[in-house]
Amino acid sequence: MDDLLREFVTETNESLDVVDVELVRFEQEPNNAEILGNVFRLVHTIKGTCGFLALPRLEALAHAAEALMGKFRDGVPATSEAVTVILASIDRIKSILEGIERDQREPEGSDADLIGRLEQLCEQAGPSPKFDPDGEVPTAPELLVSEETYERPEATAPQAAAAKDGSTAHKDEDGKGGGQSIRVTVETLEQLMTMVSELVLTRNQLLEIVRRHAESEFKAPLQRLSNVTAELQEGVMKTRMQPIGNAWQKLPRVVRDLSTELGKHIDLEMLGAETELDRQVLDLIKDPLTHMVRNSADHGLETPAERRAAGKPERGRIRLSAYHEGGFIVIQIADDGRGLDTARIKAKAIAQGLVSEADAQKLTEAQIHKFIFAPGFSTASMVTNISGRGVGMDVVRNNIDQIGGAIDVKSVAGAGLSFTIKIPLTLAIVAALIVQAGGDHFAIPQLAVVELVRARSGTDHRIERIRDTAVLRLRDKLLPLARLTTLLGMDDKSDLESGYIVVAQVGSQTFGVVVDGVFHTEEIVVKPMSSKLRHIAMFSGNTILGDGSVIMIVDPNGIAQAIGSAVNSQMAAAQAVEAERREGPAEQATSLLVFRAGAPQAKAVPLSLITRLEEVDARTIELSNGRHMVQYRGQLMPLVRMNESVRVRGEGAQPLLVFSDGARSMALVVDEIVDIVEDRLDIQVASDNAGVLGSAIVKGQATEIIDVGHFLPLAFEDWFRRKEAPARAKRQTVLLVDDSPFFRNMLTPVLQAAGYKVTAAASAAEALSLIKDGGAFDIVITDVEMPEMDGYQLAETLRADAQTAALPVIALASAVSAEAIERGRRAGFHDFVAKFDRQGLIASLKEQSELGQVA
Amino acid sequence: MTERNEGSLQEYVTATIGSQLFGLPIRRVQDVFMPERVTRVPLAPPEIAGVLNMRGRIVTLIDLRRRLGLPDRAESGPVMAIGVESRGESYGLLIDAVGEVLKLDIEAREANPVNLDPELARVSAGIHRLDGQLLMALDVDRLLDIGPRAAAA
Repeated sequence: MDDLLREFVTETNESLDVVDVELVRFEQEPNNAEILGNVFRLVHTIKGTCGFLALPRLEALAHAAEALMGKFRDGVPATSEAVTVILASIDRIKSILEGIERDQREPEGSDADLIGRLEQLCEQAGPSPKFDPDGEVPTAPELLVSEETYERPEATAPQAAAAKDGSTAHKDEDGKGGGQSIRVTVETLEQLMTMVSELVLTRNQLLEIVRRHAESEFKAPLQRLSNVTAELQEGVMKTRMQPIGNAWQKLPRVVRDLSTELGKHIDLEMLGAETELDRQVLDLIKDPLTHMVRNSADHGLETPAERRAAGKPERGRIRLSAYHEGGFIVIQIADDGRGLDTARIKAKAIAQGLVSEADAQKLTEAQIHKFIFAPGFSTASMVTNISGRGVGMDVVRNNIDQIGGAIDVKSVAGAGLSFTIKIPLTLAIVAALIVQAGGDHFAIPQLAVVELVRARSGTDHRIERIRDTAVLRLRDKLLPLARLTTLLGMDDKSDLESGYIVVAQVGSQTFGVVVDGVFHTEEIVVKPMSSKLRHIAMFSGNTILGDGSVIMIVDPNGIAQAIGSAVNSQMAAAQAVEAERREGPAEQATSLLVFRAGAPQAKAVPLSLITRLEEVDARTIELSNGRHMVQYRGQLMPLVRMNESVRVRGEGAQPLLVFSDGARSMALVVDEIVDIVEDRLDIQVASDNAGVLGSAIVKGQATEIIDVGHFLPLAFEDWFRRKEAPARAKRQTVLLVDDSPFFRNMLTPVLQAAGYKVTAAASAAEALSLIKDGGAFDIVITDVEMPEMDGYQLAETLRADAQTAALPVIALASAVSAEAIERGRRAGFHDFVAKFDRQGLIASLKEQSELGQVA
Repeated sequence: MTERNEGSLQEYVTATIGSQLFGLPIRRVQDVFMPERVTRVPLAPPEIAGVLNMRGRIVTLIDLRRRLGLPDRAESGPVMAIGVESRGESYGLLIDAVGEVLKLDIEAREANPVNLDPELARVSAGIHRLDGQLLMALDVDRLLDIGPRAAAA
């Protein structure tokens, strides 16, 4: 491209960004002549330059816009409509510029529409100035400045560059800009940075050599070289720094457009726009920030009416702030809107299988809010439309994770929401801890390292084992431990106790990485991994150490993901769901609670069925009417023994597994809770014993899988006749539709034990969409009574579709009356089974699947 | 980056692995070096022997024996590497020994025999018949086409 043209495009784009910001400011402060002067001058410059370069479309458009702005300057009040049209013109100018950049000439097209409106507004504004707001409207002097640039377009370069440095053009007035800066391409800076990195490495190597020779004449000059290098490095790093205001530049416009569109009044406050950070980092956070501000404006802030009703000022506020803290920059995005809808997020998390209903009850609000960062969480339109939050928050989190940052959310219902992002100032050079594992050295970014611990038995820092899982007891916390060599797939037979533990934190997850040795921290220059090795999640890059050797930089995010399990259930749950999606349902692992009751052999029950683990004082257990009861949360809770050999303790603590459905709870009496394990639930030997589904191998041990469904009616005879809320899905050959998560959880292992693959759906609608999405199901088992669409309607819908007409449907009903059966036949149920009749269900399934095979 | 070009003469840097002679187009060869202080990369595909520092650049070493499906080296002893570049990244191709530079006529290059091992056939640009032995011309870009498949597990 023609140099002159290229220069013009770059500069004009920058000027336009400034115009965007300034115009929005102007709309809010229509009497501020200074702002108007800025805008006017910039547009005038664009117009002038266009004339030089023979760009008639741009010139005509800029001219019309300038004319209208001239009216403002003459004292005509700026209406919102007029500003909107001018902003639209600026957008058009930008798109024309894009065309020029691409084809090196103006794209074809007409701007008569915009010019027409601009001229019309101009005429409406009338020819004469009506009033002079404060008598300080700049006229001649401002024009003089612009005339000057008009004559020498190249003179705008430094100015535009200065404008880019500062958040807006008012930086010029602070005395900066002018002839103080020159334009340098990013590539040149990158090149410089690379060279300096090499220099740092060479310096380190030299220092290493000299260190080995006590007396060396090189020592003094090398020391100077070292200092100069450090200063040079700092200087070059500085050239890469840009104020965060650059990433905020487009926000006033975004907010203005949104507030017009949504009919909300929004004030955007920006504090600390001058805070500087590396441009590479800046580029990476630009989009997430815009996204979050958009979210706040769109969903977080209420309409003026709602705000009034809530007793808040009509104008909503979004506040962006940035400041430095150590080697980090902290950015906050806060609004004073309605905050997150905790209940809805919880429901959604349960529905998506991120957390079991039981676990969800134990989470704090803050923990629930974190689900908005879970992968795929927000893509669901339900949350987007109603509770509003979380559009792509997983993407935001990913972007921030990528640059070694952290994001946190705080929400107060009705009072507002704030996100806090903490990111490193630069990615090019980081402090890293050099460690040894399996004979090799690795670098762990200091950023993630919380502390170093030497584990010894008998001290406060003990390594303990829950079955095969090693955990570190660090003060009052249990941290999951993993050996670096194991994570990296290297051989290692060394003892856990002999190593050092690097305690690291990523987001909310804290864990220990066991290494053989720890050396020192070093400023390392991060070099990207070879494209052939970039897929290895455990490494974020590599570097050359002072001694010239190459070492891998361990990625704490990768480790966190690999370790992520039991202890940090939330993120782990999210990952498990993802893993499940990846691996397919066949490999699905189930969390099982392993316990003993009445016999030495281990028993297990899916953790998701259990509401709570309790230990009660045995003396509080009462015997009433031949049944053991205990007062629990203000109610009498029946205790059920699995068989005669289970003893209810007379004194001491009695461990209980509590099961709740709605307001009702019962507890199974057990001798000892052994462990919680994550394993495939693969029942190999079915059992004839009542209350035992069968035996499975759990972590290498034969374990009886307990059928909770058998014991519930022992506590409450009508347990199964009651109704509960909505559900979710697992994909296999039997599609189980029931709105009660409890029944889904209970029946799934029953059906699996009978040799079926089970997918569960929480509603008829979900079942239909699963079938439509190509789920190959042989049989559908559905609850009859469900909200929205009931089992009859589901069966009718399936019958009506030629593709699914032949699909057998078995109904589950709490009451089986002749009338219900007749209605079911008409709707198209192939069979009707009482909800608690598991034998009957299995028999029916068998019958239907055999029929299906014949057909 | 086609390997056939001006005139019909192609200069090859020759290298041996075991008893087999290979040729790499000289335009693609940056240097020949003896790899030292190689850092192994855990979890890397098996073809990747490690990385090393060459004058401030990080070079990825490819074990050509593994890449070509040949048995691992039995004897220990010095290995050589041929340095090549691809898309701004540096690679070292591990070989047993480097030989002379040969000027060969592309016209005389023969297509791969049909029964050639498919793995070899994929990276071979053709066969040159020399006095008493065959030289397999290697396609550098295809040699470097190493996916993460092996390390995914």
